[in-house]
Amino acid sequence: MKKTLFALAATTAMLVAGAASAQDKAKACFIYVGPIGDFGWSYQHHQGALEMQEALGGPDKVEIAYLESVPEGADAERAIERFARSGCGIVFTTSFGYMDATNKVAAKFPDVKFEHATGFKREHPNVATYNSKFHEGRYVQGVIAAKMSEKGVAGYIASFPIPEVVMGINAFVLGAQSVNPDFKVKVVWANTWFDPGKEADAAKVLIDQGVDIITQHTDSTAPMQVASERGIKAFGQASDMIKFGPETQLTSIIDDWGPYYIERVKAVMDGTWEQHDIWHGMKEGHVVMAPYTNMPDDVKAAAAETEAKIKSGEFNPFTGPIMKQDGSEWLKDGEVAADGVLLGLNFYVAGVDDQLPQ
Amino acid sequence: MRLELVKRPQQSVLFSALSPFIAFALMVVAGGLIFLALGKDPVDGLYAYFIGPLTEVWSLHELAIKAAPLILIAVGLSVCFLSSNWNIGAEGQFTIGAIVGSAIPLYFPDLQNAAVLPMMLVCGAIGGAAWAAIPAILKARFNTNEILTSLMLVYVAQLILDWLVRGPWRDPAAMSFPQAPAFHSWAIVPELMPMSGRANWGIVFAVIAAIAVWFMLARTLKGFEVKVIGQSPRAGRFGGFSTARTIVFAFLVSGALAGLAGIVEVSGAIGRLQPQISPGYGFAAIIVAFLGRLNPLGIVAAGFVLALSYLGGEAAQIEIGVTDKTVRAFQGMLLFFVLACDTLIHYRVRLVRPAPAAAPAAGPTPATEAAHGHG
Repeated sequence: MKKTLFALAATTAMLVAGAASAQDKAKACFIYVGPIGDFGWSYQHHQGALEMQEALGGPDKVEIAYLESVPEGADAERAIERFARSGCGIVFTTSFGYMDATNKVAAKFPDVKFEHATGFKREHPNVATYNSKFHEGRYVQGVIAAKMSEKGVAGYIASFPIPEVVMGINAFVLGAQSVNPDFKVKVVWANTWFDPGKEADAAKVLIDQGVDIITQHTDSTAPMQVASERGIKAFGQASDMIKFGPETQLTSIIDDWGPYYIERVKAVMDGTWEQHDIWHGMKEGHVVMAPYTNMPDDVKAAAAETEAKIKSGEFNPFTGPIMKQDGSEWLKDGEVAADGVLLGLNFYVAGVDDQLPQ
Repeated sequence: MRLELVKRPQQSVLFSALSPFIAFALMVVAGGLIFLALGKDPVDGLYAYFIGPLTEVWSLHELAIKAAPLILIAVGLSVCFLSSNWNIGAEGQFTIGAIVGSAIPLYFPDLQNAAVLPMMLVCGAIGGAAWAAIPAILKARFNTNEILTSLMLVYVAQLILDWLVRGPWRDPAAMSFPQAPAFHSWAIVPELMPMSGRANWGIVFAVIAAIAVWFMLARTLKGFEVKVIGQSPRAGRFGGFSTARTIVFAFLVSGALAGLAGIVEVSGAIGRLQPQISPGYGFAAIIVAFLGRLNPLGIVAAGFVLALSYLGGEAAQIEIGVTDKTVRAFQGMLLFFVLACDTLIHYRVRLVRPAPAAAPAAGPTPATEAAHGHG
């Protein structure tokens, strides 16, 4: 018993000493909504975190800590507060549902910086928000889909009807219609970000309905694997999923958070961190296309050309004329959608074979 | 040669009382071994897991927040389980309670006074009870399997919540994101000691509910009725108790407490209705109920133990660097050891050599079946 007590005391002393020496290096903390092994959203955030640690001098300079599969309820606030108390200089909360919790904890810890992904609330000067223009990649996928599909119908596995997802569906359709004006998209709402079983079922339903291309806005690799089994082509999501469909993946939208995490953690180390709201895309390297595979050279060329145009800023996927699904005009010829409208987008463009859940 | 469980003629009172502690000790040992296998110092690991969270005031507040819904729901479930009503749908009753309670501030936003919160809590309890009444009445009238009906209604409840926060109740200021407007200050369950942390009155409700249900079960005729019907419906009928009435009673109590937990959670801990309001409290509470040996006072302790395992798991992830899967493994082990200890108190293991006469090994007697049903 005495031994145990001694061991406990020693452990406590070690922990205290550890906390003291941790002051010399930066500590960046990450909260993920899914498991880091999802090979999608959370996986990519974690890859970004690791890339950041490597780039800023390794574990000797930057310590990273993370919590995975944190539910978006009352648990989030505790998880964030735990980080704020455990010496994190900056905390990245990487899901929309952490928005209120992030702001609540930020109020209590003015010296800690908070970065909330995909949200819009910055109630305190120590809260920044960041997101990426994933829809730019969706447009390129649409171009490829229209060239590759024989039936002119793609299946889209969507997560939740929030602006980001609706934006992605619209961009995909617009990209496809730039090649084939009659192209249609069928949507299945999986109502989940990560549920391999449900996502696989959604893919099967879509294939049974006759689509010959699958794309997804959910985070698991299950749709890719189903597409492989059924012998049709598919697009990966969030990370390069080529391992899960070597004969299947056309390309994938890679969320590259590394550059952003490097920039922001470095700013904390230099004392230059400031609040902002960032929405970057291909141009800044936050959205990257995986290699174009399993397609003929002319399709590759078309895809690369579209990508280059978006990257250079020459072309914006949401450039008129664009009609809404109900037939009314959204954007006039040459008109470009304002960011504010896109970030609250709640309607489809023409060509989507689905009713947007309201 | 095979192993066989033989019912003990008499159970040791001492070991019955010690059983949860033995189970906990076994889990600590097994947990230490797991930390060793992961290449971590078991003392550090166990300290971070079970002691660290108890050494800081803010963390104790968080423990209370986490334990409150687990205890409230599990106390209600104990009434169901003691009467052999297998309510697996507390998660749904929790959700409907949260929805119905939230309707007050959402539909009457101008009503801002001290009456709002009590009305919300009552509505939450009524909502949960009403949702639980569905499987109860189906079972009482048509003898349906309540495990299936109550479980399936969980998904229905979650879809209703989902539809509400995306549709009619969506906050117009939320940029098309799915969430209801935040509650105004009168509609929020107050914090107990705002200076030191965010624990709210939920934990007080939970303890009061536990004491009240304990009194009902231990000291009143209704409690006796619940237990008699649970152990032997036939005996209960001879005693003049109605099985149907007990089914409905147990489900209503259980649903009301789950509903109360739901509205307290969204009002106190979250602050608004959103698509995800529970990390599975309704299911985790089943573990809590059995860990507390279906005794409401035991459930209070069990609720804190399970809450600690969540907090400790989080701390271990950060401080020791183990994955979140270890949390689930620890919880699973705890339940396993509790059930194993209970089984070994009720039964002893006998090695049976193949023998020509199979008579002693004949199927379980009615008495052992009742013991199974009793959990």
